[in-house]
Parts: sequence; C-alpha cells; structure tokens
Amino acid sequence: MNGAELPIWAACLVVLLTVTGAGFALVGALGLIRLKTFYERVHAPSLGATLGMALILCGSMLLLSLIEDRLVLRDALIGLFFTVTTPVTLLLLARTAAHRDRFEGNPDAPPEV
Amino acid sequence: MTSVTILDWGLGLAQGMLVLAMALAAWRMLRGPRAQDRILGLDTFYLNGMLAIVVHGMRTGSGLYFEAALIIGMIGFTATVALAKFLMQGEVIQ
Amino acid sequence: MSRLLPHPLLSLALTLTWLLLNAPPTPGNVLLALAVGLAVPAVMRALEPRPVRLRAPSAIARLIGIFLYDMVRSNIDVARVVLNPRPCERRTGFITVPLELREPAGLTVLAVILTATPGTLWVQYDSDTGCLLLHVLDFTEDSDWEARIKDRYERPLLEIFAGVSA
Repeated sequence: MNGAELPIWAACLVVLLTVTGAGFALVGALGLIRLKTFYERVHAPSLGATLGMALILCGSMLLLSLIEDRLVLRDALIGLFFTVTTPVTLLLLARTAAHRDRFEGNPDAPPEV
Repeated sequence: MTSVTILDWGLGLAQGMLVLAMALAAWRMLRGPRAQDRILGLDTFYLNGMLAIVVHGMRTGSGLYFEAALIIGMIGFTATVALAKFLMQGEVIQ
Repeated sequence: MSRLLPHPLLSLALTLTWLLLNAPPTPGNVLLALAVGLAVPAVMRALEPRPVRLRAPSAIARLIGIFLYDMVRSNIDVARVVLNPRPCERRTGFITVPLELREPAGLTVLAVILTATPGTLWVQYDSDTGCLLLHVLDFTEDSDWEARIKDRYERPLLEIFAGVSA
C-alpha cells in the first residue's frame, strides 16, 4: 500500500467509485439469485459488466494515475474488451436457452421470429 | 484518518462485496436448475473474480494484476462461448 | 493510400492499443506501435474483413451520449427491480422489432448497445426478414419499446452506416 502521499479527497473519490461499482456488481449477482425465470436472470449479470465494471475501472485508473504521477489508461482496455465480449456471451446463452426451450416445447419458450 | 486508512478500508469493503457476489454466482452455478443457468453463474463468477483482482491491484498499488485480470477475461469469454455452443449443438467446433 | 493502409480504422485502433499497453509513450514505443499498426492490417487482408466506413460524426457523438445516459438509467432501473421486495407487479416478456438496418457492423453496434443497457436482451435476429426478438425485463415504465429502439438507436445507426452496403 503506497498511497501515503495521496490527498484525502482523492482517496475518498477512489473509494466512492470503487464501492459503488462493487455495489452494482453485487446487486447484479443478487438478481441472479432473486429473479424467477432464466430470461429474467440473464439481465442481471450485465449490471456488473457495464456500470459496475466502468466505475471500478475508473477508480483504478484514477488511483494508479495519482500514484504513478502520470496518466495510466491501461485499464480502459479491460473495459473495451469486456464491452465487446459480454454481448457475445449473453446473446449466445439466450439463443441456446431459446433453442432448448423451443425444442422441448416448454410453456415459457420465446415465440418464433 | 489518513488517506492510507481510507483506501485500505474502502477497497477492502469493495473486495468483500465482490467476493460475496462471487459466492452468489457460485450458488447459482451449483444449484442450476438447468445447464444454461449454470453457465450464466460461471460467467458472473469470472466477471466478479476479474473485478476483485482489479481491486486487489489497486490495494497493492501495482500494475502487475492488470495482465491477470485481462487473461481471466479472455479465458472466461472463451469458456462461456464454448459451453453455450456445446449446449446448442452438442459439439463445439463445426 | 489503400495499398499502404487497407483498413485505416483497424490501424488506428491497433496503434492506440499498443500505446495503452506500453504506457509511457517513449519514441521507441511510438515507433513499435506504428509498426504494429501498419503491419497487422496487411496480414488481416488474407481474412478479407468487410470494409467499414463511418459517416456523420455528429450522429456518432449523439449516439454515444444517448448510450451513456441510457446505460446509467437502465442500470439504476434494473437495480431497483432486483432490490424491490415485492417482485410481482412487473410485466416481462418478448417483443419483436422489425429492423431496417441491414449493415452487419451496424447490427453489431446495436447488439452491444442493447446488451449493455440491462433490461433489454437481444435473443435472436433473423437476417431474412430483418426481425429482431428482444426480451424486456420491465414494461411498466414506458410501454412503447419498439418506437424507443427505432428512434433512439436505429435512426442514428442508419445515418452512421448509410450507403455502405448498397
């Protein structure tokens, strides 16, 4: 831990960003437990994958930039990568579930396009 | 109350919340009820694990954990896509 | 121009990514980044990616603004749905939206936008009919989702990617 030379306001801002982001990720995981059907549950993890991740990465970039005393934007790459990949995973999962539900003739299967 | 204390406690709290989120995702992964629910749980699990590693990197103040987080993201993405394709068609590579 | 830089956007993105990964932009790093940005798209030519051209920078800026606003708002909405102790008063279901947008890159951006705003989920797209099947978590707030998607996202995307596929 080497944030001793950091001003108090910066530390508070970093903590606020990170804790809010972690809160969104936690609410997303909670939604995974609380929501009733699969198609509702697919919405939940994208809470952590969008705003939760963005806030945590902003906090990380701010903290590392202040510690190393130059602009550190590497973490934006994680954000870019996950923003591109999350739709692919969720879309494939939703399609898989739709395919299986239609094949088995479940009552909550999505209508045909 | 120095900035080191604030950072230590605040980031520790964030890590705890992310670990709790991982536990909830693991519960969904173990509980099911169907295979797609388990894969969704796995997806959430590695996402939150990646975020926890990023926060750990912030706590130690080193940039070394960046690579670990990125690699977890890539491997998790590949795993989820392969599993979803397997569920859909019974084979991964066609 | 087209021989040296077959995919200018890809070159730019690769150069910027390399510079971000190797943080302090020393002259050596900049040189390496430029080399990667120039060399890799030439290798990509074997894969024959479709050329993508962007129009209407004002539409891009407006779309980014709309997207950021909707992302934050829908995140808060879904968080409220999850934390609501009485989970019954909510109508959830599938809707079908007929799309005019046919450009693959535009559809990709639309998929990213719809997935990154929790509350809407892209389930299936039929490229023959141009119909998109969506799952919506909460209908209560404003019920006209089809018009919302067409006005807010599809129209700027049609402007941005206009005339490329024709």
